Amino acid sequence: MSKVHVTTTINGEPMEFLCEPSDTMLDALRGPLGLTGSKEGCSSGDCGACSITLDDRLICSCLMLAVEAEGHRIGTIEGMAKGEHLHPLQQKFLEEAALQCGICTSGMLVASEALLKKNPDPSEEEVRFWLAGNLCRCTGYDKIVRAVMETAQDMRAQ
Amino acid sequence: MTELRYLAPNTLDEAVGAFAAAGSAARILAGGTDLLVQMRSGALKPGVIVDIKKIPEMTAIEQGADGGFRVGAAASGMALAEHRSFGKVWPGVLEAINLIGSKQVQGRASAGGNLCNGSPAGDSVPALVAAGAIVTVQGPNGRREIKVEDVPTAPGRTSLKPGEIMVSFTLPPRAAGSSDAYLRMIPRTEMDIAVVGVGVNLTLKDGVVTAARVGLGAVAPTVLLVQDAARALIGSKLDDAALAKAAAACSAACRPIDDKRGTIAYRTKVAGVLLRRTAAIAAQRAAQNK
Repeated sequence: MSKVHVTTTINGEPMEFLCEPSDTMLDALRGPLGLTGSKEGCSSGDCGACSITLDDRLICSCLMLAVEAEGHRIGTIEGMAKGEHLHPLQQKFLEEAALQCGICTSGMLVASEALLKKNPDPSEEEVRFWLAGNLCRCTGYDKIVRAVMETAQDMRAQ
Repeated sequence: MTELRYLAPNTLDEAVGAFAAAGSAARILAGGTDLLVQMRSGALKPGVIVDIKKIPEMTAIEQGADGGFRVGAAASGMALAEHRSFGKVWPGVLEAINLIGSKQVQGRASAGGNLCNGSPAGDSVPALVAAGAIVTVQGPNGRREIKVEDVPTAPGRTSLKPGEIMVSFTLPPRAAGSSDAYLRMIPRTEMDIAVVGVGVNLTLKDGVVTAARVGLGAVAPTVLLVQDAARALIGSKLDDAALAKAAAACSAACRPIDDKRGTIAYRTKVAGVLLRRTAAIAAQRAAQNK
């Protein structure tokens, strides 16, 4: 098996890695790149735990081949906090206890950040529809939706 | 185990050459939201993957001087949603495409992939049939055009010939007083496969329907163009009698499966109900398109 060399940008940093042609981006993130914040839930695009951004667009990293990252920009949960400063969404998820086991959390945060960049003032319905591709089996979603709504409000006030 | 080769050509000619040369071992990669799932489950073990997204024409969304659109077969649903005018001109096509999967899936999934996947329940297909969209394909023998309704031939099968790649959709210019809509029935509110899907494209003049197309999905081995339903609407003011006749034509066109999502009787009835509701939305939008 000959590995493919991929040059890409991850969270603003130029990165290179080797992968098999059949590896998914999630395989590459959690393997050679050591970025294990993106979680593997279903590996079929149903659960959203592996959510990342590709050229600022929200996608499931399990539904993208790692070789496709060549020349593109990837954003992961590891790029969300700025040093010691949590993103307002991360801070609010903690305050509101919008997580229990944590498997869905990085995907929820990446997806929520993508929503707020696009729509800083979403309705509750818009939040729920946007996050329909992120499954959580612990919280029942209410705390997550509340945390996203409150963060949006805080960020608009700033 | 045979090794997978990944190719990402920059031109369509190269892509067609590579795809045709690799024969049945090759698969086209657009958004990958079906392909990668099939590979992961072991249902598919391609020897060659031809990624077509580096070819500019494949992802371009262009509006011509006449107002008609040309949409690259690999343009994602999210790219269409973000386009400044596409959703205003083709709200029904856009709402159909944006019902496919989650926001994550929409970031990658394309109308071309939806059509090539050959599912009778693909949401974008009835709306594109109603829109009168034409597909351009390119293969070893050059380019040809096919009506969207002539692409699917059976579940999972299309009329594309070996080595042919779907390039783009051409949507006709919009007449004043025309618009479209798509509705689907699913047992939940989001993220499910259509039990019935109906696309309606209407042109009205002084309240009278002058042109109509109806696409019907998930109730037969392929998505259907229901000409009897369109004929029932044309010349009418969308009165009860015309709508009842069009709804009956949709129900009559159904040859559905019986499964856990919907029985034959249910799908057949709902096809008519959705025709009425979808036509009402399309007519309301058409009235605003002066």
